[in-house]
Amino acid sequence: MSPLPYLRLTGITKTYGGFTALKSVSLDVRRGEFLCFLGPSGCGKTTLLRVIAGLDPQTEGRVELDGRDVSRLPPSARDYGIVFQSYALFPNLSVHGNVAYGLKLKRDAERARVEELLAMVGLPGSGAKFPGQLSGGQQQRVALARALAPAPGLLLLDEPLSALDARVRLHLRRQIRDLHQRLGITTIMVTHDQEEALTMADRIVVMNNGVIDQVGTPDDIYRRPASRFVADFVGAMNMLPGVVAETGRVRLGGLDLECEADAVPGAAVTVCLRPEDVQVRAPAWVNRLDAVIETMEFLGPFHRARLAVEPLGEQRLTADLSANLVRDLDLGAGRRLPVSLPRERLRVFEAAGA
Amino acid sequence: MTTAALPGGRPVRWGEAGMLAAGLVSLTLLLVVFVVLPLGAILVRSLYDRNDAFVGLANFAAFLQTPALTVSVWNSVAVSALTTTIVVPLAFAYAFAITRTAMPGKGLFKALAQIPILAPSLLPAIALVYLFGNKGVLRDLMMGHSIYGPIGIVIGEVFYTFPHAVMILTVALSTADARLYEAAEALGAGRLRRFLTITLPGARYGLISAVFVVFTLVITDFGVPKVIGGSFNVLATDVYKQVVGQQNFGMGAVVGMVLLVPAVLAFVADWIGQKRQMALLSARSVPYAPRRRPAGDGLALLFCALVAGLLLGILGMAGFASLATFWPYDLTPTLANYDFAQFDSAGWSSYWNSLRLSVWTAVVGTAVVFVGAWLIERSPAARPLAAVARMAAIVPLAVPGMVLGLAYIFFFNAPWNPLGWLYHGMAILVLSTVVHFYTVSHLTAVTALKQLDREFEAVSASLKVPVWTTFLRVTVPLCLPAILDIAIYFFVNAMTTVSAVVFLYAPATKPASVAVLNMDDAGEVAGAAAMAMMIVYTSAGVRALHAVLSWVLQRRTQAWRAR
Repeated sequence: MSPLPYLRLTGITKTYGGFTALKSVSLDVRRGEFLCFLGPSGCGKTTLLRVIAGLDPQTEGRVELDGRDVSRLPPSARDYGIVFQSYALFPNLSVHGNVAYGLKLKRDAERARVEELLAMVGLPGSGAKFPGQLSGGQQQRVALARALAPAPGLLLLDEPLSALDARVRLHLRRQIRDLHQRLGITTIMVTHDQEEALTMADRIVVMNNGVIDQVGTPDDIYRRPASRFVADFVGAMNMLPGVVAETGRVRLGGLDLECEADAVPGAAVTVCLRPEDVQVRAPAWVNRLDAVIETMEFLGPFHRARLAVEPLGEQRLTADLSANLVRDLDLGAGRRLPVSLPRERLRVFEAAGA
Repeated sequence: MTTAALPGGRPVRWGEAGMLAAGLVSLTLLLVVFVVLPLGAILVRSLYDRNDAFVGLANFAAFLQTPALTVSVWNSVAVSALTTTIVVPLAFAYAFAITRTAMPGKGLFKALAQIPILAPSLLPAIALVYLFGNKGVLRDLMMGHSIYGPIGIVIGEVFYTFPHAVMILTVALSTADARLYEAAEALGAGRLRRFLTITLPGARYGLISAVFVVFTLVITDFGVPKVIGGSFNVLATDVYKQVVGQQNFGMGAVVGMVLLVPAVLAFVADWIGQKRQMALLSARSVPYAPRRRPAGDGLALLFCALVAGLLLGILGMAGFASLATFWPYDLTPTLANYDFAQFDSAGWSSYWNSLRLSVWTAVVGTAVVFVGAWLIERSPAARPLAAVARMAAIVPLAVPGMVLGLAYIFFFNAPWNPLGWLYHGMAILVLSTVVHFYTVSHLTAVTALKQLDREFEAVSASLKVPVWTTFLRVTVPLCLPAILDIAIYFFVNAMTTVSAVVFLYAPATKPASVAVLNMDDAGEVAGAAAMAMMIVYTSAGVRALHAVLSWVLQRRTQAWRAR
């Protein structure tokens, strides 16, 4: 028997005047999991987080936290800690004052608890400093300690890393992840950075236009996108327009491809393939094409090549070629190259608007 | 099965949201009762004659057919237009020197430009009487013209409105993007072209705002024309005569309505300008830093020194005259003129009244304005309510003090009004002054509050800390500089204001500024000058105290303000 979800959202709708920010969103969050809300700006992910927090109450729907209906309760009657992109540290209070802000303990116990939390986020002994004297990454760690201080059952992170430098972001990503593993606290993080979501989350909730497009593990989301939007939004993707010729075959321009399409013949579809899935070494005989390398872009561990394929006309195919491969085959612009598009890696979606 | 036990004993703070909403409702009601309803009362009153019979628009018709009154309209417009034409270019040059040149002493000149704010508008008029009046030291400079009349009014109003124009234009000119100038220079634009294509357009909303503000200040000012206008009648003095002299409230209300017109126009123009100004400066702008140009800087310094010298001269004249035994025959220094009892039966009591009025206005005004602005901008209370309160907080800006004073008579003196007990006490003076200067203070508070992180209240809610704890522990300390600014603004304005209180004071609550007026009326100009100087000393003293306090505050909070 699966345990009761720690957080259950049922039919959450949020409207602002005539604008609908969330359309009947339902979601179960398991106890102890790390969940990411991922999506472009304006998709409703932050709105959903604020609904859970009770900061912007939903227009319709139900929020249950740990089996308790909190739908109409104010933020202070729910049980969570929250960290914002802007840190929102109180600049006139010391680090100690900030971390202790939500604690209701005796003086000595409070000092011990604050020191314990600061050690946990890697800032032992900085209680006497003021937020203005810390770097952005350090401030965000203080904000994290402050949110965790009252030992809440749920941790909400609203784009906590977006304001930080790339290097600090990487470091803090790992630290948050470690912290989550150590404390086992149910965590929801909002982000627009797919890499962040893919590396940190147990499960990702991809949102678009106020609805959930897909919920799944990072692997699911990346390898088995459930919609054209998810396929396009997460990772690089070849999106080739085509028409279903017959069951299991799609026509792209002058090209016939074998794939696992179950749409009705004649339907307009988009065929999706990751650039790294374009097969170059020992191409199979299925879906084999003759390509010409048009340009090559050096990206460190691999090259991103634009391939011209005659039957595809103006449409170009993007392929990621590993540095080793490029060296071994001595690839460069202008080279002719037989490639194949593995049948099981092609994903077919009905075309937008269809 | 899981037994989802409800964590017991956790307080559910629905009371908090309710109290915040109640706070917003009270604020809105306060603004409605003390701004909107009195304005309605003045409108209604203008439709009744002096026997309280409804006469429709007859008062307006009578106004248009009374030659003396229509002459006043033209006099008012002419004087206001002339003052505006003189003050705005003068203030623009002054503000330009402060913001766009590398002349020395910019901070000093900025402070000196504010001198007139410390004095009631009666003071420059009194000083002009001493300088150019019948026994004036510089009477010959008038070449036979009389200072009593339009000339005196315009000079007095220039002094009185100068700091307001400088303030607006300094703000407008200080928000410049250096990249625009660099781009223009790189494209080969000369200095004149850069001025005409970048500086002027950049400051155009400030200029428009300054024009309207100065025009409105002059047309609704009562102090200067009252003292030095002689037989030259303007609308503001007409209101006073109609209401205080002839007890003709209906006609007074009509003139009040007429005075409301330019103020409302100014308000609308300013509002439109502000909305457009937003787009001019983005967060990525590079601040403009003026370069040294010896010739230009020297010229700017000379100009500023001249203007500041004139301002100081006018103030100094009043100060000097207040210390002379018998102007202009015996200039032996004396404090006799400060023995107010010999000129006015109220004596020193009116000074103490003003002090009380200013302290109360500063305390009540600052508390209401800051808590009100916080409720509107920060509290998680109902948004539509906040929108209504936000609009109500802006209205007082469009109401000149005279009109407000009149409106309060009609509203609070009405027999049916349950708030009538407020009339004739210190409370009505405090309330009218708070309302009169509400909007500028409100906007100061809003600006300070908007600089705080948006999520402080959300964080404190998630930590289960009551919202007012965070207000007291975080918001107030962070906004203390702005709170001090607001308090000082209220204090100084309460000290110097004449326009609203002149209709509302009772013998026991007569403030110093009205005592200046009465003494001047009674021909005791030396006493009037001395009392006006008492107001200046007090305002200046409080300003100095404010500077010291701000400095101490800055030092004490250095730990967390440091970057």
